[in-house]
Amino acid sequence: MSDRDDGFRSGADVGGRDDALRSATDTSGQGGGLRSGADGCYKCSTCDSVCPVAEVDPSFPGPKFQGPEQWRLEDDEIDPSITDCSNCMRCDGACPTDVPLSAMHNTARGAYVEGSMRPWSRTYLRNRLLANYGTMARIASRTPRLANAVMGSTLVRRLAESLLGITAEREFPRFSDETFREWFDARGGATHESADRRVAYFHGDYANHNTPDVGKALVRVFESFGYEVRVPDQRCSGTPMFANGMLGDARRAAAVNVENLRALVADGYDVVCSCTSCSMALRQEYPELFDVDGVETVAANSWDAVEYLRVHEDLEGALADATVDVPDVAYHAPCHARNQGLGGQTVEILDGLDGFEIHDVGDSCSGISGTYGWKAEKYDTSMAIGEEMFRHTERADAEAGLTECPTCAMAMEHGTGYEIGHTLELLETALCGDDPA
Amino acid sequence: MAIEDDVLVVGGGLAGSIAALSAAERDLRVRLVSNEGSTLRSASGLIDLLGYTPDGEGPIVEPFEHLTDLPAGHPYERVGRRAVREALSVFDAVVGDAYAGAHTDANALVPTAGGSIKPTARYPASVAPGLASDPRDTLLVGFERLPGFDAPLAAASLEATGVPFRVRGVTVQFPSIECDDAAITRHARALDLDERVEGVPSRAALAERVRVELDGAARVGFPALLGVDHDEVVRRDLAERLGVAVFEIPGSPPSVPGIRLEERLRSALAHAGVRVTTGVRVVDYEGGRGDSRNAGRRIERVLVERSGRRVPYRADEYVLATGGLVGGGIDSSRAGVREPIFGCHVPHPEDRSEWFADDPFGDHPFARFGLAVDRSLRPLTADGDPEFANLRAVGAVLGGADFAAEKSGSGISIATGYVAGSHAGREAAA
Repeated sequence: MSDRDDGFRSGADVGGRDDALRSATDTSGQGGGLRSGADGCYKCSTCDSVCPVAEVDPSFPGPKFQGPEQWRLEDDEIDPSITDCSNCMRCDGACPTDVPLSAMHNTARGAYVEGSMRPWSRTYLRNRLLANYGTMARIASRTPRLANAVMGSTLVRRLAESLLGITAEREFPRFSDETFREWFDARGGATHESADRRVAYFHGDYANHNTPDVGKALVRVFESFGYEVRVPDQRCSGTPMFANGMLGDARRAAAVNVENLRALVADGYDVVCSCTSCSMALRQEYPELFDVDGVETVAANSWDAVEYLRVHEDLEGALADATVDVPDVAYHAPCHARNQGLGGQTVEILDGLDGFEIHDVGDSCSGISGTYGWKAEKYDTSMAIGEEMFRHTERADAEAGLTECPTCAMAMEHGTGYEIGHTLELLETALCGDDPA
Repeated sequence: MAIEDDVLVVGGGLAGSIAALSAAERDLRVRLVSNEGSTLRSASGLIDLLGYTPDGEGPIVEPFEHLTDLPAGHPYERVGRRAVREALSVFDAVVGDAYAGAHTDANALVPTAGGSIKPTARYPASVAPGLASDPRDTLLVGFERLPGFDAPLAAASLEATGVPFRVRGVTVQFPSIECDDAAITRHARALDLDERVEGVPSRAALAERVRVELDGAARVGFPALLGVDHDEVVRRDLAERLGVAVFEIPGSPPSVPGIRLEERLRSALAHAGVRVTTGVRVVDYEGGRGDSRNAGRRIERVLVERSGRRVPYRADEYVLATGGLVGGGIDSSRAGVREPIFGCHVPHPEDRSEWFADDPFGDHPFARFGLAVDRSLRPLTADGDPEFANLRAVGAVLGGADFAAEKSGSGISIATGYVAGSHAGREAAA
């Protein structure tokens, strides 16, 4: 499969995934349609055994079918079951031969939406609306109290379910009175300048409109280590768009983000994210799906915020001297954190912090997977997937929850009634004290 | 800065897990980095020590008696018989009652999904009632929509081996799953939760379908899917309903006994305070380059890759547990054979025609390709010096044994994992 001169896979791609992906998506001139990304699959079905949807829904054919098998049947129409994949990306981490499963799923989902979904169908409109949550949020944030009152009403939730197929079981997230960006601008932007400690914060839509405290925590924590924090113009990371097969929308968002971020990278800034799905998009999905100038540069210089501090600063040393007075927490590692090798990070870092206990609730998926669990027809599947995590959370000796993914937090709260925090908020409490900057 | 630990194990299979547990016996910070979260999902769950001699004689009854006759360079020869025994007791402590076989030094004969018989040293408790040395008449049960286990075929093959009992195979419909090719874990979950189908719990429904086929059999073997989390409860429930012993037959991947073993190891690692990082891959290292004859050269850091960015991880001691030719720990091409992360020397003939035997099922030299090591399991250069002072290698990345033919893979992983992990722990604590 390798075509390198010396026949070896180079050290850089012991991982093979990049090669496999290039081959998987390369349709140029090979005839016969053979693609080695798909051919790397020897049908061991290990991916099927880690798929949270397949575990609870026997009618879901699983990642092996959605990826390599559909890929081999390239002349056939994409099977509608591709929309049952939640894009948790667990299959990526399970494959022994580095078949780029999630990239195949994203591509197949895009092809299905474009080729088989009627653009005026209720499902399409609903999915488009969910995928473009950021646009909704921008409008809602102009009058957040009105938006919260309207979206909090039972009648509106029932209407959303019957008209749009958005489940009435969940409460819509509340919009903050002041967005993160409004706060950042009002304080006058960055308080530090630095030539060698520079980060650009990719906050995404959720931290901006719904949980600005997470963004504020990131800014304060980085500033406490002497960083200059910039908050560039940005759009949604695209995560809900990939997951709904809206690749055109995602490409437009990605183009804006890459353009803005690469300019800062060129000026010596590294990109940091507070949301693990945003960092997943910048690092993995953008380069896999979009041939945009600078996409590789942005991917190579994007980080999870906590991982960044851990590698560049003595974060554990700083925490060793800190004490917090907060409730014990049950921690859930989001799937998209696991796929970046970050599944154990939070517990490792916070375990040594005096004043509270952290309990890992295990490796199950929360089930909500962004917009997936908001769809009326997926709600039951979503809750069945999340059940194990809810059970472990309730059993843990803790009074609150902790996770880095906004929708995992929604699922955790919905399934257990706990209040859910973000790791950066805890770091802020430990490192910055109570005085607001 | 880097992510800092005392001992870093690269690879999360059986060998890497045992190495990490052995290093963590001391008060050290131990990390295990594993690319896939799930190598053991492909493993049968059987722990083979030595089933056949390197010359192909066997099945061996008393594996420990043969450990001293192995050729120089064989991983068991490197670590010695006593270490093998100590290592197995480490494994026994991790798995507890979930495994059987520790009561004797002799190999057990376990029927496989293909209807052959495998000599093995330790086996899941779920497999124990099915041993081929047990003379009870046997019924094997397969499921219509589940590929990978054909019960009538397995029964016929098993009978042809001359087992001391009568064996039949039947195929029934699994209750509650009606689509084709549902994940094996989906079947296991249905039994774990005793899901109801039309008001009937699935274990009762399954027992009902099997009872009418019993016809005097004293035990019933199922493909290994009788629950993941509550397998003991599922087996007991089925056995009570059927009035006969119930056992599992280990089979092809994905393997539920492998998943159970993985979960036990992961929970032992968590309990021992080992930090586990999965989903990323170690691709390179820093330090120690240059003079390859200098036995004192050391690995300073390893680089873990994700999405084009390399993150440094630093430790005092490193253990390489990346698997063999299949697992990717050894890489081969027309140009040669190599170990891709640290570039350790892999002895092999230059002439590629000497890699293979003419007979497809013959004694292929490539099956023994892997690292040559000293007695503390440090990989050696072509000149016989340690490649690095602080690197040890364990499991299938080691050369000198055709573990698939010998049926020695798991035993080598456990023994070398134990020895290397203990050495690394001692060095790091010094």
